[in-house]
Amino acid sequence: MTWNVEDLEETARKCRVHIVNMVHRAQAGHPGGSLSEIDLLTALYKTQMRVKSDEPTWGDRDRFILSKGHASPGMYAILAEMGFISVEDLSSYRVLGGICQGHVDMKWCPGVDFSAGSLGMGLSFGMGTAIAARLEGSQRQTYVMLGDGEIQEGSVWEAAMAAAHHELGNLNVILDRNRIQNDDFCEAQMRMFDIPAKWRSFGWNVKEVNGHDMNEILEGLEFLGNNNDGPSIIIAHTVKGHGISYMADNPAFHGAAPNDEQYHQAMIELGEVAQ
Amino acid sequence: MSNVAATRDGYGEALLELANNPKVVVLEADLGKSTKSLHFRKAHPNRTVSCGIGEQNMLLVGAGLAASGYIPFASTFAIFTERAFEQMRNGVARPNLAVHVCGSHGGTHTGTDGSSAQSIEDLAIFRTLPNVIVMHPSDIVSTKILTMQLAESNSPSYTRTARNKTPVLYEGKEDLIKIGKGIVLREGNDVAIIACGVMVSESLKAAEQLAQEGIHATVVDMHTLKPLDGQLIDQLVSTCGSIVTAEDHNIIGGLGGAVAEHLASNSPAPLERVGVPDRFGESGGADEMLEVMKISSPFIAEAAQRAIKRKL
Ligand SMILES: Cc1ncc(C[n+]2csc(CCOP(=O)(O)OP(=O)(O)O)c2C)c(N)n1
Repeated sequence: MTWNVEDLEETARKCRVHIVNMVHRAQAGHPGGSLSEIDLLTALYKTQMRVKSDEPTWGDRDRFILSKGHASPGMYAILAEMGFISVEDLSSYRVLGGICQGHVDMKWCPGVDFSAGSLGMGLSFGMGTAIAARLEGSQRQTYVMLGDGEIQEGSVWEAAMAAAHHELGNLNVILDRNRIQNDDFCEAQMRMFDIPAKWRSFGWNVKEVNGHDMNEILEGLEFLGNNNDGPSIIIAHTVKGHGISYMADNPAFHGAAPNDEQYHQAMIELGEVAQ
Repeated sequence: MSNVAATRDGYGEALLELANNPKVVVLEADLGKSTKSLHFRKAHPNRTVSCGIGEQNMLLVGAGLAASGYIPFASTFAIFTERAFEQMRNGVARPNLAVHVCGSHGGTHTGTDGSSAQSIEDLAIFRTLPNVIVMHPSDIVSTKILTMQLAESNSPSYTRTARNKTPVLYEGKEDLIKIGKGIVLREGNDVAIIACGVMVSESLKAAEQLAQEGIHATVVDMHTLKPLDGQLIDQLVSTCGSIVTAEDHNIIGGLGGAVAEHLASNSPAPLERVGVPDRFGESGGADEMLEVMKISSPFIAEAAQRAIKRKL
């Protein structure tokens, strides 16, 4: 199937507007990792995920697990664009009683398959859903989004080893390689050396893509679809805060909201308001 | 009580002062900006060990350092210390190695991050470990003093700090603060409210409310849950005859649990426990969460009334 890349880019732009709106309104939250992942999430949901927005708990749906659950504004944005939740629901981000909890939560928000927030848990959970699909003879896929800081957690590698052992061809990882974690650049916090080689040596199919180039992302997703002999990962090179000049590649916007002036600037850059 | 500050900043200040001792080392798990160990890291990069996002590794690196004569202070969010619970149990507490763990952003008061970040069981689980000191200070001054005292103790420890600002209670009263000794902040003979952390100033508010109704409450800051100040509790039973506990923690196993255990074995008295009603939190403002969890000052005052009614 061919996809209109411009349509995907326009959806991603709208999602970026939602993301900035959410964190600005809440004056809290995680814009950086939401903006780095959003092109990937857009392409994944628009072109791959077999889901029904009017039946979010449909048993045979593909599963998406946002393991880096703090990047929830990105997920809520695409869920709104896909019709799982309404654009108005996005105002409930971090608000008491709101379905858009600070970290994605399957008990609160339709379309969310995993209650995240503690890093390093999503791949193990995803392995469980992938085994369940295999036991049922279903072709459904599991996609897990990991952060690059997140893969410093040892449990990620327990899951990586186990998934290869069990030859889980229906388990797919997208790694958001934005090079920044909470306190600083990954390079300063914990050097990870050759990440593709690590996954290869754990028995995974590996492909690297530019996580902000829709054509490359689509190739990456196709790679995930075509490699079913074992688990597969695309390592997406991204820029944290991509799309907003002052957030881009800036560790300060891992977990900080823009002020009013910065918000206005962001809306100009996203083409929402005139200069 | 007009002054407010976050207890986590007390931890950060203590580490800086402790730096004079060359044996003090600091361990981080990518949350130094949040737990406030970052100031030590900036001043003493050589004695700061970045463990990346790897809490389990961090605690055992601490154990190795402690076994080699160093005094390690390791911090992350309270909730993520729990991920390394078994490391703490088998690698730190069992060999009785003085690794000092600080869990910041404890309790539901942490706010809009939501349930995944709001630890409501940390005090309970660490309290079950032999050898481990467990503390939850109420203000920035006591957090600083207690953290500094830890460096002199030869026991492993767990200290919970809070994300958000709370009233400063001990400016100029530093001498009152000692690990294992509860602090009487207000005296009255009708009921004793024993609290920790964020709930100490809520309890002072409740006592004020009660005073307007002619009820006189003692308020105690029980910053150390283990070893528990049983002597003080016995005294409170004899002077007040009824007890209320207040904590931003599950009603099961925390301060209320510790006090209940003590009362049951020593000096039974009516006890009402104010705490998170055995449910997970959610996203909300810090003060909103205290309301939702039914632990803010009006709930403490109500509990006091109930405790008094139950006196024989
Ligand atoms: C187990 C655990 N430890 C620590 C944290 C606190 N934390 C939240 S986000 C974050 C950094 C994550 O970095 P990365 O995975 O690279 O995410 P991204 O840059 O995509 O936002 C940290 C340390 C956490 N959520 N879970």
